[in-house]
Amino acid sequence: MSRLQRILAVAAALVSALTLLLGLAGGISVPLLIFGVAGLLTVARFFTPVSLWIDGAVAAFGAWALLDGLELFDVEPLWFWLALVACWLFAWLFVERLAQAIRAKAMPDALGIVIPVVFGLSLLFAWEVVTRGANVPQVLLPAPSMIWERLTASVPTLTADFVQTFKAVLAGFALGCSAGFVVAILVDRSPFLKRGLLPIGNFVSALPIIGIAPIMVMWFGFDWPSKAAVVVAMTFFPMLVNTVAGLNASSSIERDLMRTYAASYWETLFKLRLPAAAPFIFNALKINSTLALIGAIVAEFFGTPIVGMGFRISTEVGKLNIDLVWAEIAVAAVAGSAFYGVIALIERAVTFWHPSIRGGRT
Amino acid sequence: MRGLLEGKTVPVLIVLLAIVLFWYVMAAVMNAPWQTTLNTRAGLTDVPLFEFVAQTYAQDKPVLPAPHQVIGAIWNGLFGAAITAPRSLAFHASITLGATLLGFALGTALGVLLAVIIVHNNASDRSLMPWIIASQTVPILAIAPMVVVGLGAVGVTGLLPKALISMYLSFFPVVVGMVKGLRTPEPIQLDLMRTYNASPLQVFMKLRWPASVPILFASMKVGIAISLIGAVVGELSNSAGGGLGVRLLTGSYNGQTIQIWAALFIAAALAAILVMLVGWGERLANRRMGVRA
Repeated sequence: MSRLQRILAVAAALVSALTLLLGLAGGISVPLLIFGVAGLLTVARFFTPVSLWIDGAVAAFGAWALLDGLELFDVEPLWFWLALVACWLFAWLFVERLAQAIRAKAMPDALGIVIPVVFGLSLLFAWEVVTRGANVPQVLLPAPSMIWERLTASVPTLTADFVQTFKAVLAGFALGCSAGFVVAILVDRSPFLKRGLLPIGNFVSALPIIGIAPIMVMWFGFDWPSKAAVVVAMTFFPMLVNTVAGLNASSSIERDLMRTYAASYWETLFKLRLPAAAPFIFNALKINSTLALIGAIVAEFFGTPIVGMGFRISTEVGKLNIDLVWAEIAVAAVAGSAFYGVIALIERAVTFWHPSIRGGRT
Repeated sequence: MRGLLEGKTVPVLIVLLAIVLFWYVMAAVMNAPWQTTLNTRAGLTDVPLFEFVAQTYAQDKPVLPAPHQVIGAIWNGLFGAAITAPRSLAFHASITLGATLLGFALGTALGVLLAVIIVHNNASDRSLMPWIIASQTVPILAIAPMVVVGLGAVGVTGLLPKALISMYLSFFPVVVGMVKGLRTPEPIQLDLMRTYNASPLQVFMKLRWPASVPILFASMKVGIAISLIGAVVGELSNSAGGGLGVRLLTGSYNGQTIQIWAALFIAAALAAILVMLVGWGERLANRRMGVRA
């Protein structure tokens, strides 16, 4: 056991004991009582080996017991919060031990996925228990269960908003990326343009381009084309800069080889330089997938027909319907991650030869 | 002549010049329909082309203002009003700058802290890193209005809500960069530190930290640019608070295109200056660290 693990183990058992002590005097619920006893019993680990799965099970049971005990009091007593801390400590200890076991090859590598999942779940759980237990104002932060309820209740609205916004995202993304790509290939043929355009492209990538949203809304109207225009402007420069950098990625020895084959410009481009540029291009696509979503949503703050994710967020915030806003954000988060994930998958398939993918880590 | 063309300055200037020229042409073309309507209403027919073009560059609310109109608006905004007046662009720029810098400082601190934890603890590496990456695939700017309004409802207003948005955006490049940076020392160097019987703190202060400084600055350059974006977007939700974002918003409501462009250019200039300052700090730090630029 490492020092950190010992500290965690002692702390977890101690806090469990405190929970029991205070809870017995203050009307503890039966599940939490069991959790406290189980937590206390884990001190056995200092005499006999205790599997890490027991720590995990104690943490999971404690989480269930805490959720079960949420409605017992108007204002949660101190021991309730101690139980939350104990539960968190057990989860941490479990993750810590699992990580060590994987590192020492005592556990299969595939179990590594458990660690971030446990972390995410405990975050969600702490959010739920703290917001409901401490009666956090709903305006500030609604509980996840409430957001979920709202999300399932307003599926039609959310779908309509999603479709409206994603029209702009996809159209803008496709146009902006392909325009950046084509311009990069054109620029690549002229060293003069390359020297003149690239510093400007790099500079513009750092600018708050999102600010052109009001102008685009004026030019292209309230509907989705104006949002697509913002997305085009936002995605163009990262693509341009990355593609030009990628086209220079092939080494001169490889280009010389192509020359000895008497390959034409286009043959060299398609068979050598573009494949070599693929990692850069995908990097730009990944950056742009996030930028596109942000651009479309923020552009909707400046005026839309009465549908769209950005529109919904800005109006419902005004009405203090924060749970609907969170539901909208949850949809945006899932959509954003999925968009990114799809591009990452395509990247794996296309650039299978790249060291970062052959090495097994993305 | 040949030498000039081979440097970077001349090509950049020529491209810039081309952009400005293109802009003037577009301004005339895009403003022409409205100018024709105006002239017809005033009963003016047969306006000479030259005069007509000049008219398109002098509209009140042009579709696309000409560059000199924007520059004039910026000049007026910066020097035409007292710096504390709400009409002054410098006033709004300073509000945005404050939120940007606070958010950037918070984000950098958070990013470094997270990176230090991640590098020193395997479990945190495995549990935090995937979520940190996932946090950036979320269109986080969408949360901006909620953070501003939510915190406003419980009495937190002013700089902090905007700074929090900037922080959320700017911590990411710093974490990712610093994790890489703190891991740059090679095993052989770490082994050397062990033979010196160095404590973990000494390893950190004398080996890992200095090794990561160049990457820290590179990430900070990205971070400061996006924390400005965060501040501007944060301002969109609180139109009473002032700032460049508010200028954009009121400009768009009133159709004041010149005002929008002026605010946009100030924001761009601000971003450029901030990135340049960080770049300057980077060169300074690199020279002290003995990196040859």
